[in-house]
Amino acid sequence: MPGSEFRAAVRQTDKGSVVQLLGTVNRDAKEGMESAYEDAKIFSGEILLDFSGVDYINSTGIAVIVGVLAMARAEEREVGAFGLTDHYKEVFEITRLADFMHIYEDASAGS
Amino acid sequence: MVQLTRRSKKSDETAEAGIAPSVSPTRALDPVEIPPGDTLETLLLSVGGPVEVSSIEVDSPTISRLKEEGIELVVPLIGQGELLGALYLGQRLSDQPYSTDDRRLLGNLASQVAPAMKVAQLVREQQAEAKERERIEQELQVAALIQQTLLPKELPSIPGWNVDAFYRPARAVGGDFYDFINLGGDRLGVVIGDVTDKGVPAALVMATCRSMLRAVALRHDSPSAVLAEVNENLVPEIPPAMFVTCLYAIIDTNAGKVVFANAGHNLPYVRTSDGVLELRATGMPLGLMPGMPYEERTYSMQNGDLMVLTSDGITEAHNPKGEMYGFSRLMGRVAKKTKAEDVCGFLVSDLEGWTGPGSEQEDDITLVVVRRTSSAAGSAEAFHQGGQGESVLTSFTLASVEGNERVAIDRVAEVVGTFGLDSARFEKLKTAVGETVMNAIEHGNDNDPSLDVGVEVVADERRVAVRVSDLGGDKVIPETTTPDIEAKLAGEQTPRGWGLFLIEQMVDEVNRTRINGSNVVELVMNREGES
Repeated sequence: MPGSEFRAAVRQTDKGSVVQLLGTVNRDAKEGMESAYEDAKIFSGEILLDFSGVDYINSTGIAVIVGVLAMARAEEREVGAFGLTDHYKEVFEITRLADFMHIYEDASAGS
Repeated sequence: MVQLTRRSKKSDETAEAGIAPSVSPTRALDPVEIPPGDTLETLLLSVGGPVEVSSIEVDSPTISRLKEEGIELVVPLIGQGELLGALYLGQRLSDQPYSTDDRRLLGNLASQVAPAMKVAQLVREQQAEAKERERIEQELQVAALIQQTLLPKELPSIPGWNVDAFYRPARAVGGDFYDFINLGGDRLGVVIGDVTDKGVPAALVMATCRSMLRAVALRHDSPSAVLAEVNENLVPEIPPAMFVTCLYAIIDTNAGKVVFANAGHNLPYVRTSDGVLELRATGMPLGLMPGMPYEERTYSMQNGDLMVLTSDGITEAHNPKGEMYGFSRLMGRVAKKTKAEDVCGFLVSDLEGWTGPGSEQEDDITLVVVRRTSSAAGSAEAFHQGGQGESVLTSFTLASVEGNERVAIDRVAEVVGTFGLDSARFEKLKTAVGETVMNAIEHGNDNDPSLDVGVEVVADERRVAVRVSDLGGDKVIPETTTPDIEAKLAGEQTPRGWGLFLIEQMVDEVNRTRINGSNVVELVMNREGES
């Protein structure tokens, strides 16, 4: 299948944690994304999703992100994102994901 | 004079081993056989040792013959309670009668010889059986060679159609065959047949029948006329008690029309969106009687229809309980829409599950599967009839396999990239194409890899359009609604349901229509919309 397999890695930062996302975000990313969220929430502060290593997001991937965002909201955790291409920033605007998570311009948000 | 008479194991075969001149014979003696059940046999088995012929009071043709020949003493050779042979001794050279010592000596000799004869007999029988097995094996190899040489080397490759076949001979090679005949134009001849009997005779009749069918098929447009002429030609040629069942169909690959006639073969099944149909047409097997008529019927295959032709090696296979696989089970399996593209593989695997592991295949197994995959690309092309000045940038089909939406994106991007949409709108079109193709794969074609998704990219001075078609039959694409993200985040709704919304948001225009059982979605980007 075209596209690269989804992977996620979590690191702690001064402001919270960063979940580095790699590959394709579609329905197959659900388990990895939720597992990464569980790892990241150990650390206090905002959980930032780093999309700079993501090559493709489709509607099933949007659903996965919405699912994680729903988990975070239920647990009153802040979630942000950076590293999105202009196209996916627009997709986040259109889907109104951007209304519920901070979209940062660059990686400095995660430092 | 001594004669050794050897008897074979089988009671109806009495053989003579010739003269064993351990004592110089004064004259040769023609073999004197002891027929099964002869009084002498009973007597010798009863006595178990040398018997003086002159003292035998009962009579039988053999005993009379021995007396005529001047045989004085008969020494039975007995092994495991069976009379293996006998030594016939004439008068002693000294003219003296046989003494008690002579008889004892001969009795001992016989008891030594009999086991050796038994072993020799078994060895001879085993050698004969091995030779027979080798002969049968060679015959089977010849039969298999004839069949495999004559079966098609490759499958027809026809746009919008998928043809597959499976053939596996039984050990005793039956007379199954199938064939594809290119009739020119958009016409394909499809044959499946089965010769009664097995081995070389069946293979030779199969070869003859196949050649006749090929020759006659090129002269007639009508399957019933073809079968009738082949029958006339075959009747004088075919050995007695042999015949051939055969189904012959001519498929118009452009219109999807199938005209067929059947000479007593298994009925073909067609899986449609409404269920499985039997294609019935009556006719006697080929080679039985001259002057036979063959009914001719027609069926129109729709996009996605699947026709399965089989031999009785499938329906008449038995499970360990002795139950036949049968037509109803086959029909049920044909109805089953599998995720696998390999219908032949699915049916064979189901059959193997039925017969059980390690069971020997009873008869040849032959399957031909013809599927009208699509005019999916054709439907997309038909969407926009009035496209004055419209150029087709590309047109292709993809199997309904998850991930092929990325292939579609790449192939559309290749041609649209050269057409000059700005990068933001180009990315939007790519996302819309990916979502639309994914919907066609998942929802339209139910992830059935054998069903194609058609993609066509056209452009004119005003716009670029991508048309995506599935084979969803009666499925209706739902209306697009705006997802309620608050409800989704609150867990009140599923997080899914973004596809149609994204598509609508990504392009300038989305048009939907249904053509020939296909849902066609047209994604339009206006060129004046370029920034």
